[in-house]
Amino acid sequence: MNKLFFELGRYILFVRSMFFKPERFKVFFERTIHEMNNIGVGSIGIVTIISVFVGAVTTLQTAYQLVSPLIPMKVIGTIVSDSSLLEFAPTITCLVLAGKVGANIASEVGNMRVTEQIDALEVMGINSSGFLGLPKIIAGVIMIPCLIIVANFLMVSGGILAARLTDLMSPNEFIQGARETFKMFTVTVSMTKSLVFAFIITSMSSYEGYFTEGGALEVGEAGTRAVTRSCVLILFADFIIAKLML
Amino acid sequence: MIELVNVNKSFADKQVLFDINAQFEPGIPNLIIGASGGGKSVLLKCMVGLFKPESGSINYDGRDFVHLPYEQVREVRREIGMLFQGTALFDSLTVEENVDFPLKMFGKMTHEERMDRINFCLSRVGLENANKKYPAEISGGMKKRVGIARAIALETRYLFCDEPNSGLDPITSRRIDELLHDITREFNITTVINSHDMKTVYDIGESITFIYQGKIWWQGHRKELDATRAHNPELDAFIAASQF
Repeated sequence: MNKLFFELGRYILFVRSMFFKPERFKVFFERTIHEMNNIGVGSIGIVTIISVFVGAVTTLQTAYQLVSPLIPMKVIGTIVSDSSLLEFAPTITCLVLAGKVGANIASEVGNMRVTEQIDALEVMGINSSGFLGLPKIIAGVIMIPCLIIVANFLMVSGGILAARLTDLMSPNEFIQGARETFKMFTVTVSMTKSLVFAFIITSMSSYEGYFTEGGALEVGEAGTRAVTRSCVLILFADFIIAKLML
Repeated sequence: MIELVNVNKSFADKQVLFDINAQFEPGIPNLIIGASGGGKSVLLKCMVGLFKPESGSINYDGRDFVHLPYEQVREVRREIGMLFQGTALFDSLTVEENVDFPLKMFGKMTHEERMDRINFCLSRVGLENANKKYPAEISGGMKKRVGIARAIALETRYLFCDEPNSGLDPITSRRIDELLHDITREFNITTVINSHDMKTVYDIGESITFIYQGKIWWQGHRKELDATRAHNPELDAFIAASQF
């Protein structure tokens, strides 16, 4: 229990220490753009593959479960689009991003710690946590919601594709089902989740990397810890947001 | 000048430094020597602010580094250059970008002025043709020299070197020693070098501080070493064990 409070306190102090005025705004801006490219553009491939397949599989499995002839097939479009918007796109995508982006951030920062590069920044008088962590958080908070928007679109597209290829229904039918019950509020929930999850992934991974001690083995362990802790926090935050907003 | 007054440092219950009092003068290489685990790396890290001592003061030309407000500590730190044992070069940046880093962060120079300064620093350490290489593409000795170039890029007043010769062959090691000696004299820098290489001590040690079990055991010039070791068994054992 003591360790939990110690880690929690250190995490909060770490996050707080990041929010200082950057030493040189131009360098900070360049680093943020670089991180946006890494986190955003670098993840489009995996997000595309996952989203299309999740959308397609959800469509097929929903159709498998809807056996009553009284329920029109367009309901599948409703279910797939709503569940994608509310849950699958933000949560599944962010769990995958926790693995990809989170491990990457933790090992990058952890490697800088064990090779004394962070000490070098500190000796120069640079706020190392802010210099390393803040551009990643800003980049994550900007780019991950964009990836979630793409994931939402691709999940519905994957659903339409699967429905079309298996002759379940026509794309028009699917879209009609999706549009009939569409509420703008589900997009708000989806974006809220993506913002919170983005902050969790980037800050937790930076934290794990920043406090790495030892060598290559510990850098690997920090990467693993960053992913598992980010995933647990994402699921926890998912529940809290659902309870508060729905 | 750097002055240490009654510096004490502990980790949990274990005291590592005991009432350290020392002065490090500008223009001469100041060496801290001692066996591994004796406290010299901790002392160096206290001096550059990576560890905070429990008590005592560390004065940089009269500015008490330990008790200054954070903003002023950062000002002092911008006058400090450090060569780390593992060089601590940013491995995602080229040699040129590594040297440029402090200039870009804190300097008020134009791009052309920065390039001139980078080329001056790199040529000063004998690395004229390595600008575009990454740290992974150069040798250990070259990395050390890039580290020195980065450390002096901002016209540093205080230079700290943690084991500058570790992992280097004798010829490269000597070159690094000469370079540190020359740079210290040329720019009148207060240089503090952490070493357990007795060759370095005899070559450039104009002010030597021997640390034993967290205490300053002896201070003096390299010329006094041989006369002192006869009646200082700890120092004698350290020199004898170095197989010099």
